[in-house]
Amino acid sequence: METIELKINGRKRTLHCLPNATLVEVLRDQLHLTGTHIGCDTTQCGACTIHVDGDAVKACTVLAVRSDGSEITTIEGLAENEASHPMQKAFKACHGLQCGFCTPGMIMSAVDLVNKGCAVDPAAIREGLSGNICRCTGYQNIVAAVLQGASEMQEQSS
Amino acid sequence: MYQFNFHKADNLSTAVELFNAFDEPMYIAGGHTLIPTMKQRLSAPSDVIDLAKIPDLDAITLAGDTLQIGAMATHAKVAASSLVQGHCSALATLAEGIGDRQVRHRGTIGGSLANNDPAADYPAAVLGLGAQIVTDRRTITADTFFKAMFETTLEPDEIIQTIHFPQVDQAVYLKFPNPASRYAMVGVMLTRTAGEARIAITGAAASVFRAAAFEEALTADFSLPAIDAVTLPAETLNADMHASAEYRAHLCKVLIKRGVNALSS
Repeated sequence: METIELKINGRKRTLHCLPNATLVEVLRDQLHLTGTHIGCDTTQCGACTIHVDGDAVKACTVLAVRSDGSEITTIEGLAENEASHPMQKAFKACHGLQCGFCTPGMIMSAVDLVNKGCAVDPAAIREGLSGNICRCTGYQNIVAAVLQGASEMQEQSS
Repeated sequence: MYQFNFHKADNLSTAVELFNAFDEPMYIAGGHTLIPTMKQRLSAPSDVIDLAKIPDLDAITLAGDTLQIGAMATHAKVAASSLVQGHCSALATLAEGIGDRQVRHRGTIGGSLANNDPAADYPAAVLGLGAQIVTDRRTITADTFFKAMFETTLEPDEIIQTIHFPQVDQAVYLKFPNPASRYAMVGVMLTRTAGEARIAITGAAASVFRAAAFEEALTADFSLPAIDAVTLPAETLNADMHASAEYRAHLCKVLIKRGVNALSS
């Protein structure tokens, strides 16, 4: 067993895990943060996307033990004071989800895109979300949601 | 994924010592090839040695005319680096086109080179730009580094430290990505230095290679008519469910032509 210390959604946690545990397994099984989904488990679908030290990564392809000392944000950490994050609101308003399985990963990728100033137009958003797969194929509304979420995030920060 | 022991190295010599102390050791850089391979149980190291805590192994610096990229620099870091963009924008473009955003946040240049995937982008950059690979013990030129599919001239315990990219006059990277995987069906790095053309092709064969006949023709005359009659033999190229060898040979020439156009305008 390895011991790791992480800051997850603003809270410090000390965890014990085996070296072969992936970060998504630890988040879901130990911390019960089940908003981060496991889709393909092969680094393709992006359903497990979270932020590690400010970057969107696929948590199925990160060993938990390597995240010692990191700051992690999951979909559960986006809302502030129980008010949905602007990107979450935009996905709801634009019907940017159908079955919803890919949505946490989509939203975490979308927030990363906006934070890095890359959600400038629909083409950039499509390129930026190429690591997230929606098997309902509802991409039109997802792109519309990210555009709306991006402008709301910018308004909020200005 | 099978169980393994995990070790963090805080410098290169400790990493090598650890490596030589175990039966089936493996270094881990970004882990974006190793972890999926371990999940499929195609790889089952007894001990995994983490290189992420070695200081400065991801630094990007300019020493005179040479761009030095640390082996642990992620694709995202290379793509966003103003030093890289200023020295060789084709290299930044290549890094920006690897995988997807999430993969680029973790995958590293050193990991990609040591793995030498036949369809990876970085081997084309290193070979096309005539880079040198500096390891913990020696310097290897790009022309002798890549050996065969997933094989390099690195010793089992050898660690890439930095990659040195010399200044070239012009460079362009053109990639025909597989639409699903974003790996290169064919990727062409075309460079010119003092009139000499250099072309490295990835994705088309078992390992990255130089297109000698095209290089010769373009060094003599850098124009489209100069390569009109030049062809790439399809016999040694990859054929799979995505593309036949003949199609890949055709794509190589199309991308070389686009590269000549791009550098001529």
